[in-house]
Amino acid sequence: MASNHLTGIGSESKQLATWYFTFAAILFGAQLLFGLVAAIQYVMPGFLYGILDFSIARIIHINALVVWMVFAMFGSVYWLLPDETGIETVGIKIGKLLFWIFALAIVIVVLVFLFIQVGPASDTTIWFITEGREYIEAPRWADWGIVVVALGFVGNLFLTGMKGKQTGIVTVLMADMIAFAGLYLAGMFFTDNISVDQYWWWWVIHLWVEATWEVFVGAIAAYGLIKMIGAHRQVVEMWLWIEVAMLFGSGILGLGHHYFWIGTPEYWWEIGALFSALEPLPLVAMFVHVLYDWGKTQGAEMAKEHTDEYQAKSVITNKPAFTWFVLNAFGNFLGAGVWGFFHTLPQVNLYTHGTQFTAAHGHLAFFGAYATILVGMFYIAVQGTNGIKVLKSTKLSIWSTSLITGGMLVMTVALTIAGYVQVLVSRAQMGATWAGYFDGQSGVWFAQAMDWRLIAGVVVFTGFILLAIDLLTTGKNPVHKR
Amino acid sequence: MANKSVWSDNRFWQRTATWVTGFASVLLIWLTFDTSAQIAMGNDQDLQNKVTKRVPGPTVINYKITYEMSAKRGLEVPIIGGNDGKGNSLFQVKEKFFGRDDYSEDEARALLHLGKLGEQAKNCMDCHTLLGNGAYYAPDLTKAWLDPAWGPNGAMQALTGKNTREEAMAEFLQHPGQYPTHARMMPNLGITAKEAKGLVAFLKQMSSIDTNGFPRNFGKIKGAVNGK
Repeated sequence: MASNHLTGIGSESKQLATWYFTFAAILFGAQLLFGLVAAIQYVMPGFLYGILDFSIARIIHINALVVWMVFAMFGSVYWLLPDETGIETVGIKIGKLLFWIFALAIVIVVLVFLFIQVGPASDTTIWFITEGREYIEAPRWADWGIVVVALGFVGNLFLTGMKGKQTGIVTVLMADMIAFAGLYLAGMFFTDNISVDQYWWWWVIHLWVEATWEVFVGAIAAYGLIKMIGAHRQVVEMWLWIEVAMLFGSGILGLGHHYFWIGTPEYWWEIGALFSALEPLPLVAMFVHVLYDWGKTQGAEMAKEHTDEYQAKSVITNKPAFTWFVLNAFGNFLGAGVWGFFHTLPQVNLYTHGTQFTAAHGHLAFFGAYATILVGMFYIAVQGTNGIKVLKSTKLSIWSTSLITGGMLVMTVALTIAGYVQVLVSRAQMGATWAGYFDGQSGVWFAQAMDWRLIAGVVVFTGFILLAIDLLTTGKNPVHKR
Repeated sequence: MANKSVWSDNRFWQRTATWVTGFASVLLIWLTFDTSAQIAMGNDQDLQNKVTKRVPGPTVINYKITYEMSAKRGLEVPIIGGNDGKGNSLFQVKEKFFGRDDYSEDEARALLHLGKLGEQAKNCMDCHTLLGNGAYYAPDLTKAWLDPAWGPNGAMQALTGKNTREEAMAEFLQHPGQYPTHARMMPNLGITAKEAKGLVAFLKQMSSIDTNGFPRNFGKIKGAVNGK
């Protein structure tokens, strides 16, 4: 393996990865900014009314979320491919062209969302303005663009994986990414039947975020553990396969927990409850087990061999990235696992479905399971492109990590409290009517929770600014060992 | 590792992962076939023949729809055209929708189609929830058609100055800015009279979908706050 692959200097695949990461970080900022607008509107409903209504702020908030994560995921794959396969990525020129097509398409879609917003009830609107289906609002033309870009990306991955060394991590990624791209097709049709609509819509949303994305995170975590603490590939990949079995074993049929109330038969209650209740199990397992195995054997040996060096300096080669990976393991378990399990049983979900409870879970899960590890990948890329041997924590990195994580936790708790108010007042007591809805919304506890959510949002955004500064200044910072 | 057990063998776990994923996928596909058949939209023939479908056909807008407890299932179900007393639909009692209760299959289907297109074109799901999915900034629309607020003594009929549910809803949809109900207001989305009619048809048809009792106790206020 040539050293330029490790450092990231001279690898075109890694260069492309940094493009993806940069655009992802910009979209991450946009996501937070429009999230703030929506959070302000909960507190001051008149804010930007008629100019940038809640629906539009939220569309950009959640679509920027999905797209920045997809960009960062593509970037992660382009980053790790040369390391894993030992060769330069095949078809990188096409990969670069597709990046620009993808980025341009996103900009056009966002501008249309911002300035045209809605259209008449016609096919033209569905094709060129909005599809109006949560998370995948992008109009149909953009859907086809995404399919082309995803096919090109999967092509790069497969050709490289088949030509170079095919490690366990690359094998998992190949299988996972083809499913990830293929599932998008399930969301590309129109039907008058809202039950059929939501049935297939969940194939995209759930089978992405609760199956293929989770497996992707497993593969990235495996790569990171090998890269950052030099964990044995044998051990890491064994746990990766176990995790794949558990994630797909629970996540695929866990889809049933979205089929409780959309018109689908009652048998989904049992299937959804059982399998989704199993979903939290794998989320923390791999990371903890690998660290345990590593500490027992390798870590102990390394400490013995290099007493001076390793006691003085950590064995971890990238402190901020490792911090984010640890946050990922536990954030995933807490946000996706625990907060998901809270309301996954149908007896509970009958009252919590469609309340801020879901929002609480959504926020902590997307952050804990995905944002964390992808920010970790940003740091790995910054280390590689600047040829840094050991990347240390800086004041900025510690502050940004703490503000973002702390803000997200406060936000989650606030939304959970708001959810309880809705469950008790709007649902259990008032029976989910229009009047019941607004009685819940005007409750003191609900209103206070929304204030806290906004404050937490500002904290997270501040943390993001510090994160961006830290990432941009790492290259010139003399504290890192080169 | 000298004495290697199967439990620490990567090949074993790779095969396990493949089989588990394959098995789960096959099961999901099989269930999808079953569910797809059960949630396929019915038609006018079904309604005439008094066949209960999970998703009734568009001409359900010709009938009176209510949401009542089924003793057998222990949850609330949509009742179409009157209740037989045991929680089953009679498919008899009609109800005028914009002055008519004789929409043909084609007419009703066209209305529903326009309504569903409108629901997507206006990004309804980014403020409201439908079947509980969407955003949480505005009320759930699953059973909005049955909401007492739009009924004969409801606030919205009085506010819009209309005499029927459908007319009150259509008026509100076209000019939401004129009828501020709360500090949080629905924005004007350029909804035309025709689109509004389609949207209301869509909402009425959605309220007839069997959602396994979601939402619970709809429209039946309990407890002390507003219980008189």
